[in-house]
Amino acid sequence: MIEANLPLLVPLTFLIPALLIPLIGLRVPGAAYPLALAAVAASIPIAGFGLFRVIAGGPVSYTLGGWEAPIGIEFVLDPLASFLTLLVSVVSCLVLIHARHVVSVEHPDKRVPYYSLVLLLLAGFCGIMATGDLFNLYVFLEISSLAGYGLVAIGDKRSPVAAYRYLILGSVGTGFYLLGTGFIYVMSGSLNMADVARILPHILDQPPVLAGLILMVTGIGLKTALFPLHFWLPDAYSSAPSSSSALLAPLGTKVGAYVLIRILFFVFDPGALEQRVPITSVIAWLSVGGVLYGSLMALAQQELKRMLAYSSVAQIGYIGLGLGMATPLGFVGAVLHILNHALMKAALFLVAGNLRVQLGHSDIAAMDHRLSRQMPWSMAALVVGALSMIGLPPTAGFFSKWYLVLGGIQGSHWVFVAVILLGGLLNTLYFFRVIERVYLPFWRGPSGRAAANGGPGVVENREARFSMLAPTLILAAALLVLGLTSSFLVNRVIHPMIPAGLL
Amino acid sequence: MNDLSTYPSAVPLLAILVSAASVPLIGISARRPNLREFWTLLAAGAKFALVLSLLPSVLANQVAETRLFQVSPGIDLTLRADPFGVFFALIASGLWILTSFYSIGYVRGLKEKHQTRYFASFALCLSATLGVAFAANLLTFIIFFEILTIATYPLVIHKQTPEAIAAGRKYLAFTLTAGVVLVAAMAAVLQLTGTLDFQPGGLRAFRDLSPVAVKILFGMFLAGVGVKAAIMPLHAWLPAAMAAPTPVSALLHAVAVVKSGVFGVVRVTDFLFGPETLSRFGLNEVMLWLAGSTILLASCLAFAEDNLKRRLAYSTVGHLSYVVLGAGLLSPSGLIGGLMHIANHATMKIVLFFCAGAIYVNAHKEKISELDGIGRAMPWTMGAFALASLGLAGVPPVSGFVSKWYLGLGALEGGSVAVVTVLLVSGLLNAGYFVPIVYRAFFKQSENFNSIGEASAWMVVPLILAAGLSLLLGLMPDLFFHFFSLAKQIAAQVLEVSNP
Repeated sequence: MIEANLPLLVPLTFLIPALLIPLIGLRVPGAAYPLALAAVAASIPIAGFGLFRVIAGGPVSYTLGGWEAPIGIEFVLDPLASFLTLLVSVVSCLVLIHARHVVSVEHPDKRVPYYSLVLLLLAGFCGIMATGDLFNLYVFLEISSLAGYGLVAIGDKRSPVAAYRYLILGSVGTGFYLLGTGFIYVMSGSLNMADVARILPHILDQPPVLAGLILMVTGIGLKTALFPLHFWLPDAYSSAPSSSSALLAPLGTKVGAYVLIRILFFVFDPGALEQRVPITSVIAWLSVGGVLYGSLMALAQQELKRMLAYSSVAQIGYIGLGLGMATPLGFVGAVLHILNHALMKAALFLVAGNLRVQLGHSDIAAMDHRLSRQMPWSMAALVVGALSMIGLPPTAGFFSKWYLVLGGIQGSHWVFVAVILLGGLLNTLYFFRVIERVYLPFWRGPSGRAAANGGPGVVENREARFSMLAPTLILAAALLVLGLTSSFLVNRVIHPMIPAGLL
Repeated sequence: MNDLSTYPSAVPLLAILVSAASVPLIGISARRPNLREFWTLLAAGAKFALVLSLLPSVLANQVAETRLFQVSPGIDLTLRADPFGVFFALIASGLWILTSFYSIGYVRGLKEKHQTRYFASFALCLSATLGVAFAANLLTFIIFFEILTIATYPLVIHKQTPEAIAAGRKYLAFTLTAGVVLVAAMAAVLQLTGTLDFQPGGLRAFRDLSPVAVKILFGMFLAGVGVKAAIMPLHAWLPAAMAAPTPVSALLHAVAVVKSGVFGVVRVTDFLFGPETLSRFGLNEVMLWLAGSTILLASCLAFAEDNLKRRLAYSTVGHLSYVVLGAGLLSPSGLIGGLMHIANHATMKIVLFFCAGAIYVNAHKEKISELDGIGRAMPWTMGAFALASLGLAGVPPVSGFVSKWYLGLGALEGGSVAVVTVLLVSGLLNAGYFVPIVYRAFFKQSENFNSIGEASAWMVVPLILAAGLSLLLGLMPDLFFHFFSLAKQIAAQVLEVSNP
């Protein structure tokens, strides 16, 4: 009974409390957080069971209202969807544990709408993963996007402007996607993904189909912040409140990447497509630009969250490269990097959140070596996250790059291999810039002398409280554990995801 | 007789883990220095005992293997204590014991800051070094190689002076770039040959590849491991890294890190590509040229350095290439000579660094020009210095002579007169830059050192023990640790000759 309903269970676990929170919260504002946390915590076992069930027994399908597939709306849980759903549940649970104190410091009077929006966002994310219907995907995309605009706008003074830009560009993105879906619907007469995938080979030569595909990919590219459609991201992530950016940065763009995978590899057939429009190659080459541009811009940033945001642009480039190579190992690398990047970005944004709460800022220029004494654990998490971003063994980041490199060599894409490795070195530059500042008393810089003489910057700060530290450290530790267990993950979980068109 | 049989055993893993396990213990004992140093010494002793316990079975062609879990499809994280691995592990773990005692005297003598971080990083470095030694395949090797890079960084920047931080940046720039090149080369090897296992004599699959591919791959590997082996022009980080405290220079920049580099060179040439592939594509010529010019150039550069540690660093650059030269000769005696030089150079150079550190702690002098007459104040220290420097110049009966003798024999076996010339000239150059130091110390006079004596026993005893060891290894190369038997065994395995 439960098994048949699995695809819809996780989105509903988020959606129902999201609607309950405003109702209950009007009377008891304190109930918002426990409700939200309970919903997220409850989703983990459900998503975990879903993954277990799908890996053991194949995809599970559920038709809404009992209307059969091409007519009604189908929800399908396959290995890819169930894996990413579990990822969303786990990361959001850790971020929410961390968020309790951050939210009460940063915007205490907006707790009720905040937690309601968080759950709406997550419901949208998980709905996108679970749905088997192109138009329904658009609906969930809008749900998550609208919640996302709200979450950004709650932040500091600049955030309404950033949120407004995010809103305009996000709407353009979803609009493009909807337009593309319309083209596909007109030509194929169906919105069900599996159904469309069956029909497409017969109509693939029709220009409207290809135009529809390009519109969809452009729209989703905007949502994923695929270079050069990334320009909304740095502003939105750096001016959003810390707990929003810790949720949006690791997960938001990954959901976009998921939709790209779903459309390019499952609805369309990448092999047949490549002969008509070189869309995977275009994505790969744009990603090359993203890796280089994101890394260089990250190097130039003076604010930790902004640096991390540009670093996201680069890391999305890695995912795009893995997909664009269109080789099985590249695909494995991309999916593994979705997982690893979600965890390491979450860890790093939580560290940034700790800094914001404890110091009141996260300016790199104002950090100095006293931080490593005041917040030793947060800084240790920063180092582990940084090593993983650089891609040093035995952290998780090494292994996703390893598969990406193998994928590049498998397809003889030497430029991509070089860019993946060069990107790692650029990561070293911008992360060690921060690490040197945090750990070493002498560093070159305009304000160096001031800091060494005990200038501005509060000395008496202490380490972040346990509820903020624990999720940060769990994520950092996960980076080490996942590195060594990545082979197990690849064999058992990611291998079944590889689309038939790639093998 | 050269067939090795493997048996499952946890000893290689334990030998690696024992010092990593001491890191948290060192960390929680930060407030109690005596307890903290006890953990270091305990870990060092246990590590050496574990490695030593592997020796008898290796000599009987029995190889202990720890197969852990899969890290990439088809590739397990595997540790194998083969003769070469045990050879290197013995040197590194044995000298760690001496260095630990010496470190205690050094950091306390100078009242260094961040001592806990220092001892913890040291322990982690040794774990990584043994991982490099016991790695049974390229992926395992590179994982530990990179851990070693990162674990050494806190030691390089230990003094936290602008100079040390600049050295740290240089170090990371060189080694991390090298790591990236290695990863790319490794991925290409996996794709082309389907395996990453080290095998004595190399992988056969290389012989069927196109010459261009083999040459590019070899270049990438040589650059990747050559940075840590300080092959010119990839050596610049090593003199800069002398900003580190002297015990770090002694163990890491004369033994663990740089020897991991030359160990990597031998692993790659003899266990991955294999001598036959190398000679077929003329790649060993490249190694000989690089090594020969590095030996001569580094010796010349050593003359120009007035800073004692930097002179020692350039000397190290030159001597590391002796090992590369030995691997490039592809003859049994040459390889034996190169391998013996890993052990011999390690013991001799560690003595020299220990001496430099003792001088620094007691007299606060770093420059050679300021050492006039120090031999009278610190006779034991400078006596050991004289012995070790003569050894590096190749004077019998110190151990340096043994390795040079075999290198020379190997060169003659290969009919390479040029290599013999390089060896002889380099011996003279070595004498040329070491003898003036000894001369100043003993035969010149100055008032600088009237009030000082020998450094503390913590420092002098390890120093003399190491000097004695290098003398003993010169007289009896097979003493205690069977370095010579091991070297012979390795050469026999690799070159597939039964009796070199």
